[in-house]
Amino acid sequence: MSLTHYLVLAAILFTIGAVGVLVRRNAIVVFMCIELMLNSANLTLVTFARASGTLDGQIMAFFVMVVAAAEVVVGLAIIMSLFRTRRSASVDDANLLKY
Amino acid sequence: MIQAPDLSLGALAPLLFVFGAACVGVLVEAFAPRETRHPVQVAIALVGTLGGLVTSLLLAGERQVTAGGALAVDGAAVFLQATIAGLGALSILLFAERSLDPARSAFVAAAAVPAGSPRDRELMTAHRVQTEVYPLTMFAIGGMMLFVAANDLLVMFVALEVLSLPLYLISGLARRRRLLSQEAAVKYFLLGSFASAFFLYGLALVYGATGSIRLSAIRQDAAAETGGGVLLVLGLALLIVGLMFKASVAPFHAWTPDVYQGAPTPVTAFMAACTKVAAFGAILRLLYVAFGTSEWTWRPLVYGIAIVSMVVGAVLGLTQTDLKRMLAYSSIAHAGFLLTGVLGFGGGADGTGSGLGATMFYLLAYGLATLGIFAVLTLVREGDGEATHLSKWAGLARRSPLTAAVMALFLLALAGIPLTSGFTGKFAVFRAAIDDGAWPLVVVALLASAVAAFFYLRVIVLMYFSEPAADGPTVGVPGLPTTIVLAVTVAATVVLGVVPGAVLDLAEEAAIFVG
Repeated sequence: MSLTHYLVLAAILFTIGAVGVLVRRNAIVVFMCIELMLNSANLTLVTFARASGTLDGQIMAFFVMVVAAAEVVVGLAIIMSLFRTRRSASVDDANLLKY
Repeated sequence: MIQAPDLSLGALAPLLFVFGAACVGVLVEAFAPRETRHPVQVAIALVGTLGGLVTSLLLAGERQVTAGGALAVDGAAVFLQATIAGLGALSILLFAERSLDPARSAFVAAAAVPAGSPRDRELMTAHRVQTEVYPLTMFAIGGMMLFVAANDLLVMFVALEVLSLPLYLISGLARRRRLLSQEAAVKYFLLGSFASAFFLYGLALVYGATGSIRLSAIRQDAAAETGGGVLLVLGLALLIVGLMFKASVAPFHAWTPDVYQGAPTPVTAFMAACTKVAAFGAILRLLYVAFGTSEWTWRPLVYGIAIVSMVVGAVLGLTQTDLKRMLAYSSIAHAGFLLTGVLGFGGGADGTGSGLGATMFYLLAYGLATLGIFAVLTLVREGDGEATHLSKWAGLARRSPLTAAVMALFLLALAGIPLTSGFTGKFAVFRAAIDDGAWPLVVVALLASAVAAFFYLRVIVLMYFSEPAADGPTVGVPGLPTTIVLAVTVAATVVLGVVPGAVLDLAEEAAIFVG
């Protein structure tokens, strides 16, 4: 399998993630879609590292994983606080701020 | 044997100060008893930011690439770091205000208690404060200062997250109207990480196209590649989307009004002033250093975005009835004006243009005026919270002439009326754009300024020429911290408007990127 296949797979995953963020209603699922986008970027980085024969891209993927972990901590805390107040994690119910 | 990268500690001193203060703040949270935390945290945060300000001023004239090539400490980085540290110190003072809210702080007593629960009602009047806001803010300030000095895309991404994650949290910590505040935090978080993901994918594509994420290496590769490089152009577009989101430029502005309105007002002030500086610092560095030789790939894109941002900000600003939302749209319009300066890239006698210096001056002037105007918003209160609805401000000049006068000054500065800092800033960025032949953009910018001036002046007319309502808001007496913020921002707004020469020259001299 050529490296292009991996790049195409990563692009498809990124698109699925981006579309998911736009159409899904549950904040947790939206967040999972964002994680999917980050991971597709990781796959792209690792593929390019393989293609160029250097390790840079793989090191970058580690950085991204650490950042994504920090993001989960902050994100789940924020979504939790909203859920405990409203008993709902739907992004449609959060509609006090508009116009 | 691995060679350790060279690390010039002197050049990193501003960052070390701020991050050091943030870490000490975390330790204080863990070990100090609750009663003593607030004053101690404020002191640590002020020492950290002022230390960062002083050390970055001492670094003026420094030109070097350090930390194994990951950080560029050059004129622009140092100028913007000093701006961020200074505005950060003023924001900390706003956070520390204890005499306006009856419960003695704008921040919630315990963020983990669900809003509206019996325990929450108990804590509503308690003098307890979630003092974690101070270390979080210090991490955000540190991330911003790292962001403007990042010389490779990975450091830029990490700095972007270091500045964003604390901001998501502190925008959800309002004491009053907690539901709005939490909703703002969720929206900011989801949209912010969505934009970060775009930035990251752009980073990956640029890495694939050039084999490097160092800005100087990308520059060489972009110059060598003529016409081709779809990956590179695609990557650049995604990077721009990620950065424009942070700078709240339309059409990536959807989060701005909601977050500005929902977040506690001191946090809004901090976000509006400092995040703008940091995001534009990174945009300038990315476009000028990495893509400076392939200007025509990004110029049409940025041109279009600037127009959209000015028009959206000015027109939608007209329809707002809430002052915080109105200022959010004003910040979107100002982001468009700033992009006008970014486009003043070439032109001029030696072909370098004055865009960089002009944009940096604009950022300083805008940051100070914005911080000031949000400080005024914290003063006018009704019931327990702030009276941000426009109608409440009717006839404020009778009730409190001084507050109305200060507010009017900041509104005039944001509108760009002569003898205020806003006029000097606008003049500088528009001149830079005209030098580079972007006069159609400047025509649009002038029209947008005229439209925007209407909604600023409407508030002034309302304050001075309307009858005050019988059940109008009360104007709180600010404590020492807010008084200092107001004094500094008023003085700076007037000085930068009347005698801007020295600071303009400083910005021009600092307008140098190494890379």
